Amino acid sequence: METNNYYIHGVNGPVITVRGGRSLPMMSLVYVGNDKIPGEVVSANGDTAIVQVYEDSAGLGKGQPVISTGRPMSVLLGPGMISNIYDGIARPLRTIAGMTGSFITKGITLPALDLEKLWDVNIEVKDGDDAKGGMIFARTMESDAIEHRCMLRPDLKGKFIEVKPSGRYKVTDVIAQIVDERGRKTPLMLAQEWPIRRPRPCLKRLPITRPLVTGQRVIDTLFPVGKGGCAAIPGPFGAGKTMVQHQLAKWSDADVIVYLGCGERGNEMTQVLDEFAELKDPKTGHLLMERTILIANTSNMPVAAREASIYTGMTIAEYYRDMGYHVALMADSTSRWAEALREISGRLEEMPAEESFPAYLPSRLAGFYERAGYMETLSGAEGSITVIGAVSPQGGDFSEPVTQNTKRFIRTFWALDRSLAYARHFPSINWTTSYSEYFIDLKDWYENNFGSGFTKMRQQIIDILGKESSLMEIVKLIGADILPDDQKLIIETAKVIRQGYLQQNAFHKTDTYMPPEKQMIMLEVILYLFEEAKKLTSRNIPLNQLVATGVFSALYRMKFDLGEGQTKDYFIKLIDDSISKVLEGNE
Amino acid sequence: MRIEYTGLSEIQGSLVALEGVSGVTYDELAEITLNNGERRYGRIIKIDGDKVVLQVFEGTDGVDMEHVNTHFTGKPITLPLSREILGRIFDGSGKPLDGLREVFPDERRDINGAAINPVSRKYPRSCILTGISSIDATSTLIRGQKLPIFSGAGMSHNELAAQIVRQAQTMDSSDEFAIVFCAMGVKNDTAEFFKKDFQDSGALGRVVMYLNMASDPIIERILAPRCALTAAEYLAFHHGYHVLVIMTDMSSYCEALREFSSSKGEIPSRKGFPSYMYSDLASLYERAGMIQGEKGSVTQVPILTMPNDDISHPIPDLTGYITEGQIVLSRSLEQKGIYPPVAILPSLSRLMKDGTGEGFTREDHSDLSNQLFASYSAVADARSLASVIGEDELSEIDKLYVDFGRRFEDEFIAQGDRENRTLEETLDLGWELLSMLPRKELGRVSDKMLDKYYKGSE
Repeated sequence: METNNYYIHGVNGPVITVRGGRSLPMMSLVYVGNDKIPGEVVSANGDTAIVQVYEDSAGLGKGQPVISTGRPMSVLLGPGMISNIYDGIARPLRTIAGMTGSFITKGITLPALDLEKLWDVNIEVKDGDDAKGGMIFARTMESDAIEHRCMLRPDLKGKFIEVKPSGRYKVTDVIAQIVDERGRKTPLMLAQEWPIRRPRPCLKRLPITRPLVTGQRVIDTLFPVGKGGCAAIPGPFGAGKTMVQHQLAKWSDADVIVYLGCGERGNEMTQVLDEFAELKDPKTGHLLMERTILIANTSNMPVAAREASIYTGMTIAEYYRDMGYHVALMADSTSRWAEALREISGRLEEMPAEESFPAYLPSRLAGFYERAGYMETLSGAEGSITVIGAVSPQGGDFSEPVTQNTKRFIRTFWALDRSLAYARHFPSINWTTSYSEYFIDLKDWYENNFGSGFTKMRQQIIDILGKESSLMEIVKLIGADILPDDQKLIIETAKVIRQGYLQQNAFHKTDTYMPPEKQMIMLEVILYLFEEAKKLTSRNIPLNQLVATGVFSALYRMKFDLGEGQTKDYFIKLIDDSISKVLEGNE
Repeated sequence: MRIEYTGLSEIQGSLVALEGVSGVTYDELAEITLNNGERRYGRIIKIDGDKVVLQVFEGTDGVDMEHVNTHFTGKPITLPLSREILGRIFDGSGKPLDGLREVFPDERRDINGAAINPVSRKYPRSCILTGISSIDATSTLIRGQKLPIFSGAGMSHNELAAQIVRQAQTMDSSDEFAIVFCAMGVKNDTAEFFKKDFQDSGALGRVVMYLNMASDPIIERILAPRCALTAAEYLAFHHGYHVLVIMTDMSSYCEALREFSSSKGEIPSRKGFPSYMYSDLASLYERAGMIQGEKGSVTQVPILTMPNDDISHPIPDLTGYITEGQIVLSRSLEQKGIYPPVAILPSLSRLMKDGTGEGFTREDHSDLSNQLFASYSAVADARSLASVIGEDELSEIDKLYVDFGRRFEDEFIAQGDRENRTLEETLDLGWELLSMLPRKELGRVSDKMLDKYYKGSE
């Protein structure tokens, strides 16, 4: 069928000009040169097409052949993706390491799935059953934690015929045929291909009513993200973006985690691989790796594949969402993706916009974040994708285009702060500049699950922190000693909230994850102390006397004590005792 | 058959263009012979049909359009390697500078290297002790890490790097180590300083040097770190050496990149640096690491001078996003006469959490380091208050912090350039200083550690 003989005309970094015909479809996959390196057609003009290649272009020369596949860039979806690690265009890195050793060589074409592995498949349809796009026709246990639900491609419709019995199959074995109204047959396999740049369809969007519970106090209490929502973590280097991403990947209550290392450090991916193979999910008891898929385009891997990597990750996330799972997609970092976009745009000699990013940066960002959501799937189940994107603004300056444009498409903003990081206050989420628009939607859930009165307590915490930051302006000028006692109390309580509550040690055995009920206890205890101390100060008893009992600093450690089994009553009693001691002294 | 093309169609800066060329590939090495017999080398950076653009490493001074013969070698740029490179000195493109013969290669490697498969990496965990308190205690260097020194013009980064090289040792001292030194656009004095220091400490036989001086061509400056890292990878993953790579000055490297980019007519990004500078720097820094099943390792200590001491300048900024932490030098400490002038708060080692503490160094290491950070950051608040209301008016606790800050800088951060403190000494000194503060101020340390190490009154 292919009559054109495409060949390379020019090479400029990852941008290749191709001549020899006019029928290369836009955004289709081609193999370029003698090494057959994969690439995508990004523009066409007359008989010249421009291709961006996903590997280093050294070794390409004029006249080398270009093979057209006619298909868009796709990923093969099916059982075997969980616990795997892929490069930006979904090639399995473990298999590549087995083939070429420790360094990645060029021109490897590999499907995302192991084509030889046999799966124990339970087939749930029989001959003559109606077939509808998106319906689940077979199940297999993909890992201890995840049941893989094989779905019909969304565009297929008709009746099942020639259905094979349940048993052991490879992903490409034909296990049934779909026959449509006109009698055309389509073979059905466990695996299906899907173009990475096209969102997978679903029935409808549902409102966001449940949070992604993360076990991170500052996030769960102050700035939650809804399941199906989008959050951004901007921060200068060293502020702990990756650490927050890792914590969420470990402890959030999503069913499936897609972790996308986009233009970041190689060692960080290795760390995830090492840690997740040992840590257990606190809710299910399964290893974290049993629910995780990693995509790694480290900063020294080809830049064009970085551009593609977020779509690869999103497509995989959508596939698991369609099975009815709650998926969390961590993208670290979207700035590297935007920079890849800029680099390719520059090579294509496009007109640059702000900071030489291409003018289509906002629409690409929107296209990515809008693929998140809480959905009713084609099979009638509920599934969601929560996107958490790290942003690495140059110089830590949030006014740059990637941060600013991202802010328009997300509703939770965790602003990481360099000065908090310098003081080793982690997670360094700044409580005055961060926000969550989801809280209003999630209020009912919180009242029912964290406990009634939560909304009020949260507001009290926010008020105390707010008052403290305005008081600090004065303290910086004249010192804290001169403040009246009610203001001193604000400062002391805010200190307990900051050190005892907002700070969370990711390396501590128990503090790394705190379940909602314990977060609630902490809030109650802190606010109880605040109220009791307020009563003291209103009787003109100096606050210093209460501070001297050590009750405030005892609460700094409450998070660790709770982790070791201490109860709420213990702390309430501690506060009562301290108060009575002060009162006795003032009799 | 040897094909030579005569003449050029265009010369611009270090770039030359040829027309009517066929059968060549991107990134291929070319030999250019001038009329007087001088031979230069270049690399193909663009192919557009029959037209080829070459980047000439030695620059285009004295090249004319007519009397030039170009031969394409059919290979990318490779570096000849063998164990005998140890003790040798080369220029930025790998040619001997020490008057000795060319290296007789066991192997030739493409200087661009290849990305390490993340699956094959080994997570670095074994710590390198430098004998410098401000590094060992709070920004511990880990084998296989890339930890740059962010400095400014005129500060003592060279002395610090030399001291690290002299004193660096691991818990297991039986391993073989080697040093690769790469100079990019530095003054001759700097290169001499390091050469002499290696000589005095008797390390010269284990050092390979790639030197590109301030007056050498910028294209060679872009090649120099690639040659150095190729040599480092070869020594580490072929011969099992633990290689420490010192690269100075990354700022000159980035400026060379900018100069080259603008000569190609590329669209500039922030401060005129090319938009691919992040990827380009990553292609160097990411070549640090350890590999599963291999004995050796590549550890990088790049040095960069922050223009105008500005940490948000693109060079330190992009570097910080790639490297695993940074050691920042402070001009105000330098002016107080404190050596090494390590600014504790902005300095960070991302890998230290996994290579310190129980089972690696000493049980109290991480707690102590967190507490030193937290307490020293409170010093800054107390000092800024003191500058408004005067030290006398400070509360008792703020006064303690001011005293703590003073002693911390004079006794902990400051040390002699030949003073090699053991980790025990460093940690004990840290506890001694923390004991100046009341126990309830030390919120980052567990009670168990406090009971064992805290020496102050309650």
